[in-house]
Order: sequence, then C-alpha cells, then structure tokens
Amino acid sequence: MTTVTTSTDVAKPLHGAEAVKAVRRRFSTPMASFFAVLIGLLWTIPTLGLFINSFRSKQDAATTGWWMFFVHPTFSLDGYNQVLTGSGGMLIPLVNSLAITIPATIIPIFIASMAGYAIAWLPFRGSDVIFFGIFALQVVPLQMALVPLQQYYVHGLQIAGVTILPSPHINGTLAQIWLSHTMFSLPLAVFLLHNFIAQLPNSVMEAARIDGASHLRIFRSIVLPLSMPAIASFSIFQFLWVWNDLLVAKVFGGSDPTMQPVTARMQSLVGNYGAHAELLAPAGFVTIVVPLIVFLALQRYFVRGLLAGSVKG
Amino acid sequence: MTASHVVMASSVAGQAATTLLGVIEAVGGFVAILFIVFYVAGRATGRLQKPIALIICLVPALFLVALGLVIPAITTINNSLTNQQFLGQQKIKYIGLKNYVYAFTDPATQQTILRTVLWLLIVPVVSVGVGLLVALLVDRMKHPSAAKTMVFLPTAISFVGASVIWRYVYDYKDPSLPQTGLLSQVVIALGWRNPPNWMLTAPLNTFLMMVILIWIQAGFSMVVLGAALKAIPEEVIESARMDGASGWRLFRTIQVPMIRGTLVVVLTTVMITTLKVFDIVFTMTNGNFSTDILARRMFSDMFVTSQVGRGSALAVILFIAVVPLVFYNVRVLRREREIR
Repeated sequence: MTTVTTSTDVAKPLHGAEAVKAVRRRFSTPMASFFAVLIGLLWTIPTLGLFINSFRSKQDAATTGWWMFFVHPTFSLDGYNQVLTGSGGMLIPLVNSLAITIPATIIPIFIASMAGYAIAWLPFRGSDVIFFGIFALQVVPLQMALVPLQQYYVHGLQIAGVTILPSPHINGTLAQIWLSHTMFSLPLAVFLLHNFIAQLPNSVMEAARIDGASHLRIFRSIVLPLSMPAIASFSIFQFLWVWNDLLVAKVFGGSDPTMQPVTARMQSLVGNYGAHAELLAPAGFVTIVVPLIVFLALQRYFVRGLLAGSVKG
Repeated sequence: MTASHVVMASSVAGQAATTLLGVIEAVGGFVAILFIVFYVAGRATGRLQKPIALIICLVPALFLVALGLVIPAITTINNSLTNQQFLGQQKIKYIGLKNYVYAFTDPATQQTILRTVLWLLIVPVVSVGVGLLVALLVDRMKHPSAAKTMVFLPTAISFVGASVIWRYVYDYKDPSLPQTGLLSQVVIALGWRNPPNWMLTAPLNTFLMMVILIWIQAGFSMVVLGAALKAIPEEVIESARMDGASGWRLFRTIQVPMIRGTLVVVLTTVMITTLKVFDIVFTMTNGNFSTDILARRMFSDMFVTSQVGRGSALAVILFIAVVPLVFYNVRVLRREREIR
C-alpha cells in the first residue's frame, strides 16, 4: 500500500482528538476500502446465489446457473409454495425449530442467572471451587455426553446396575431436546452471567438489604432487571446456537420427521440425492432466514456477547 | 385448492398449533414453578433465609450440569474401554485400550485422524488471516459497516445452511452443458476445459469443504480482532507514525504484538470449533470420497453403525485434544487481564 507511506504533513504535531482524526483520515485509503468491499462481495456471492435460485422456476434452476438470472430473469414462487405447504415440507420443521429454540433459550437464562447470583452475592465456603468447576466444564465437548444422556432418557441413570434416577419419560418429545440444550449451555451461561452480576454495584444490594428485601427478592427485583444487557447478549448467542444446531437435534430428535427442526430436515433433503433437488434453494433459504433476521436486527448485542465470551474471558 | 389439499393444510396447522401450545405450556409451567418456589421460600426469615436461597438458586444448575455433563463424560470414558456396541447391551466386556489402538492403527480411521489434523492446521490459520486482513482494511474505511456486515453475516448461518449454499458453488455438470455451479463456470471461463467433479475428487474435496468453514469463521475472527485493534491506544499508533512507522512496519512492529493475546485466543477458539464441526462433511459427502473427519466418524460410530465403544474412544480423543487448547486460552486471557 504505497499511498500510506508518503508522510510529509505528519511533521507538524497534532494533539488529542484532532490528532486522532488526522490519523484516521490518513488511514482511510481508497485502496483499503476497495479491497474490503471486494472481500465483502466475495463473501456475499454464495448466499446471493442461493437467494436468487430460490426465486427461479424449477426448470431454470435445474438447468442453468443462478447468474443467468441477470440475462434471462424469470421469477417463480412455486418452490416456496411447495416448501411451505404440504406435510413433507418445511413448515412443520420451521415450527419445530421455534418450539425447540424458545424454551432452550429461556430456561437456561433463569437457571444460569440464579446460579450466577448465588455464587457472586451469597458467598459460602467453596463457592470459588463451584464456580471454577462449572467454568472448567466448558472443556467437555458435548459429543462426550450424547450416548450416556440418551441412555439416561431411555433407561434412567444407573450406576453398577442400581437405578439412581428413574427415566424422566420424555423420550420422543421435544422436552428431551430442551433439556439437553439447557445442560450443554450452562457452563458458558453461568460464566457469562456471573461475571456481569458480580459487577453490579454493591451499594444497590446493600440498600435493598437494609430495606429488608430477602435474597430471593433481591434477585427477582434487582439482579434480574439490571442484568438485561448480559441476558440479551447470551440469549442471542444461545438462540442462534440452538437454531443452527444439527447434532443435538439429530441425536435426541431421532428420525421422526414430525420432530425435526429445519436443520435436520434440510440435511435429509440434501441427503436424498436428487430426489428434491429443485426444493433445495427455497428450503435452504427458509432454513437460514430466521437467524439472519435475528442477527441483522440484534447484531450489536451479538457482538457484545461474542466479545464477552472470547476477549474479556 | 382440492379437498385433499385443504385437509392436509388444516392438519399441518393443527400440528403446528399443538406444538406451539406445548411450548407455551412448558415455558409457562417452568416460570410458574419458579414463581411458586420463590414465593414459598420468600416467607422464610432469619437464619434459614440464606441457606434456602442458596439451595434454590444453585441446586438446579449443579444438578443439570452433573446429570448432563459430569456423569456422561465419566460414562463415556468408561464406555471407551469396553466392547459395547449398542445402547443397553448386556454382558459388556472391558477390553482395555483396544479401541484406542484401533483408532490409531486401522488405516481408514488413521486417515480420518490425519485429515482432521489437516483441518486443524489450515482452517484456523486462514480464518484468522482473512479476519485480520478485513479488520485492518475496514479500520481504514470511512464507512466500514457495510463491508463488515457482509463478511460477518455467514456467522449467523448454520453449517447445514452453509453447505446448501455452497452446493450451488461446487455443483457439477458435464462441461458440454450449461453450468449450474459457480466454481465450474468461473474456471471454464478462465480456460480450464474439463473441471473435475469437485466433491468427488480427493483430496481437492477436503480443501473445498474447508473453504466453507473458513467462510463462516472469518467473520468471527474479524469482529474480535477488530475490537482488539480498536483497543490499541491512539497515542501509541500516533507516536509510532511520528517515528516514521507506517503500513507493513506499523502492522508488524506495533499492531500485531499489541493484539497477540487476542490472536492466540481467536486461533484456539476456531481450532476448537474445527475439531467439533461434523455438519459440513456430514451434509456434503457424508464422509465418502476420502473426506471423513473425526467428529463425523464419531457420530456414525455412535448412532449409525452401532460401535459405541469405538465412538466413545474417538470422543475421548476429541476431549484430550480440546483440553490443552482451552487451558492455553485461559492462561493467555488471565495474563492479559493482569497487564491491563
């Protein structure tokens, strides 16, 4: 980038905001903008191709590339019509995805924020150990839990042939998927929410305690409302995670098509080589549209969650 | 609309309504139980108040974590030492480390592990490279949000969705016909008369599937590294520029050292994701055509071909590979925070 290296007017020293602005101005080169936009476009083209193909007629989509749309534009909603109506389509999976994602996002928020509050504000002997223990469990890949958890759902928890916990009898229901996602999300959720809750001002807590509020009341009427930024970040993170998950849905949803979320449905559509090739584009777009909307609308919170999770630790 | 259409549509609507009602019931029930517990426990006063609050707040999380992660992890380690083949099998025999020996000596599994190492070496480095490049570029733009969003968008797309998207890039048609795959079209336009069937040609197919994961992970790297670049005090950059550092030298001597911790964290985070992702290979080739990786093989061992013992051994190998990455991550983060 040769345009940056010519530095004649730097000799005159600037200060404060003026200097910051000058640095920014010198850095904002047309070359940088050009390459950034180029990479951006390159990153968008594959998705754009799917989007365009989803609106072309079956015949066109099957025989010519999506870029031919710009030469011979054809427009058809047949694909979407077929995908969204009929019992084998994407409508039930779409409903299932919602039905899986909403509880699997709300339940961990409550359980994790309660645990975070207890660890941060109800000190007891060993709270450090418990916090570190939960944090360290992020190391366990959920792949390690799949088979034993499935066994628990079917037979209950048995150790050396003795039943310690009976089966919850939720085999074959969505509850199995909610519970699994809740369990797998807790290490990260407790960690993130605890870090936020621990930094709430002590003075507020003291004041509430002096007013005679009980611990549970403080949680309900002070901690929960004040933690909304952290809860929002975690919710978006968890919502996208659960919506986009295939593994947990495949393992605990079984092969029952009426319980499949969009990802599992999409995967079996792709697997049936060629059988529904014409439906792939509209079905694919239906699969990704909800997370895209959530992401675009709430990007700020999502970024905050990402940064909290990976930079601030 | 014919009668059968109407019946079908109404049955679909009925099913959807039942499912959603179930969700409202479940969430409502959960919140109601919490409310009742809080109300009842809230009546306790005096010395019992704190212990009761502690139990109510902490026990659900501890119980679920123990039931869902701790006990299963121990069980999986145990399973990996047995010849267990399907769930609930009687007369399980302990066979020592035979499953592990198998994983590292069976030629196909060996290939799978080596391929996974290849993914681990390439995907994180390229993702972080692209992410850092875009972060640096948009840092110098007046209106960076559009370009940033375009690169960041794939982060929201599921691995399955991404695989469908990229099928329209890697689609194969005989060169004499009009092309439907973008990649074939581009290379034909560039003069390659007979491009191969991308997904069936090893080892090319593995690298092409890596591109999908890089496409998803670059946005994450860009955002996290971009934030780290922004956090470098302007005075540092300013004074470095006064001293004549610019362009590549500024980047190498000032910016990279100052975000080294974040770089390592992003690199290891992408590594952990790469180790665990099975969706892309599962959807694109189902592990055929010499593309199998550890995470997909483990899934099929456990749930398709009923080799629970072997699958569990692969899960433990995955776990052992992840542990040092996470601990390294935590150490770097803690050191960073001490410096600040």
